[in-house]
Amino acid sequence: MMSEIVIHTENLTRRFGDFVAVKNISFDVKAGEIFGFLGANGAGKTTAMKILCGLLSPTSGVASVAGFDVYKENEQIKENIGYMSQKFSLYENLTVRENITFFGGIYGIDRKSLKIKSEELIQRLSLGSEADKLVGSLPLGWKQKISFSVAILHNPKVVFLDEPTGGVDPITRRQFWDMIYEASAKGITVFVTTHYMDEAEYCDRVSIMVDGAIAAMGKPSELKKQFEVDNMDGVFLQLARGAKRSE
Amino acid sequence: MSSISINNITKTYEKGKVLALDNISLEVKSGELFGLIGPDGAGKTTLFRILTTLLVADKGQATVAGLDVVKNLWDIRKIVGYMPGKFSLYQDLSIEENLNFFATVFNTTVEENFHLIEDIYVQIEPFKKRLAGKLSGGMKQKLALCCALIHQPKVLFLDEPTTGVDPVSRKEFWDMLDRLKERGITILVSTPYMDEASRCDRIALIQKGKILDIDTLENIISKNTQLLLAVKGEERFRLLNDIRAYEDTLTCFAFGEENHVVLKSGTEKVDFLSKYLADKKHKGVEIKPIEPNIEDTFIKLMLESENAQ
Repeated sequence: MMSEIVIHTENLTRRFGDFVAVKNISFDVKAGEIFGFLGANGAGKTTAMKILCGLLSPTSGVASVAGFDVYKENEQIKENIGYMSQKFSLYENLTVRENITFFGGIYGIDRKSLKIKSEELIQRLSLGSEADKLVGSLPLGWKQKISFSVAILHNPKVVFLDEPTGGVDPITRRQFWDMIYEASAKGITVFVTTHYMDEAEYCDRVSIMVDGAIAAMGKPSELKKQFEVDNMDGVFLQLARGAKRSE
Repeated sequence: MSSISINNITKTYEKGKVLALDNISLEVKSGELFGLIGPDGAGKTTLFRILTTLLVADKGQATVAGLDVVKNLWDIRKIVGYMPGKFSLYQDLSIEENLNFFATVFNTTVEENFHLIEDIYVQIEPFKKRLAGKLSGGMKQKLALCCALIHQPKVLFLDEPTTGVDPVSRKEFWDMLDRLKERGITILVSTPYMDEASRCDRIALIQKGKILDIDTLENIISKNTQLLLAVKGEERFRLLNDIRAYEDTLTCFAFGEENHVVLKSGTEKVDFLSKYLADKKHKGVEIKPIEPNIEDTFIKLMLESENAQ
């Protein structure tokens, strides 16, 4: 199962007028892999991720997600992915249960199975009476766990995580990564964009974008060896210092 | 001499239901770069608001540059610079206009104190006509720091200044703080990123309104005498679960590619763990003793604090 390629890009390019936001990027991500997509502000991460989520068409090159072409089959892509971001994930003024129902509906889960899945999720996260509280009143760590669970409720092929775990205590953060590992062990591909390098250490493999192009790609341990540093921050600083553009 | 002195400060919200700060005491020396390190919800912002006279504590006293935060609030406001966690400049004013505005409010001019902000300001000067709302995260952060410095404060309060900025801007920001420290400004800075602790003279680890420890980073870590093992293997999730299920395991947390494990028996019975994992058919298992880092130590202190309750 691990050999199946779920995200494929080849010379993927996106221009905005004269500006080349994404320059000839090529990479493959396998089923169940946790892939870190790193880069400084303005490096082109968001543009590339929008393309992979079926929200933006590339200018040239090839890309497919879950076997669907980003040019022609972007609606099918949307059905087969989940998305979670630190900035926006859940509606703060809806309860946990209402959020699950709402997003489950958006992801196309039928009413009957949604009800079952919703109860399972509330039990698994030991939410109890918290399930009927407004999301806005819950601690950040809970919100992160709930929004990740919601993003994979429809059992997508790929889940995109946009800076998922900033700001929480080290134990809560690890509980969150436990959930990511669990999803990955079930075969869900996890695509993480972040500029926090210690998040990168948790990925199976990472790519680092500089000025629209991929400047380095590999396992965190390989990259640290290659750049002769003891953490991913050191790798990133060496690569990104030469960057010409910023947001 | 203490520049900031905090004695038994307690603060609750919602009529006492939410305990934001629980009997906190700490001293920041004059000229010190002091870090308040803890996650979202630890009470960092509440403490900043009390020290900058924007909020009154339920109990306890605090002074900034010898001035009482309740009795001498107007004097404190003249001598502190405050950069709140949420971007609080005027989004519809340009870089230049924001800076002039803050200088005027404090009865000074940009020219008079330009020497303080010069090396930060030159980085954003090419965009000085741009509206603050249209700036990138890194540029907003530099402008906010300039605005907090323009009246030559004695004490600078920076609430999560590096949240949301990339590693290159983060490093540049800490380099800027080093230069401000050289000018004798006392700096209290908060951050949820433990790796930034190494940039501070001393730190306080804070969690759920309580201070877990106050010291230099080196001392805090050296007090952690827990025997720690780094364990890695091919099947990450299964390995994590199997280690946690092992009878001699006290704690096991993922740390990047490894798991950091504390055994009840210390490090004497590593061979038993090794055999247990081999019996479970784990491949590529490597076990080695390691020195704890700041996150290991924070986790240990957090668990001890929770168990004490």
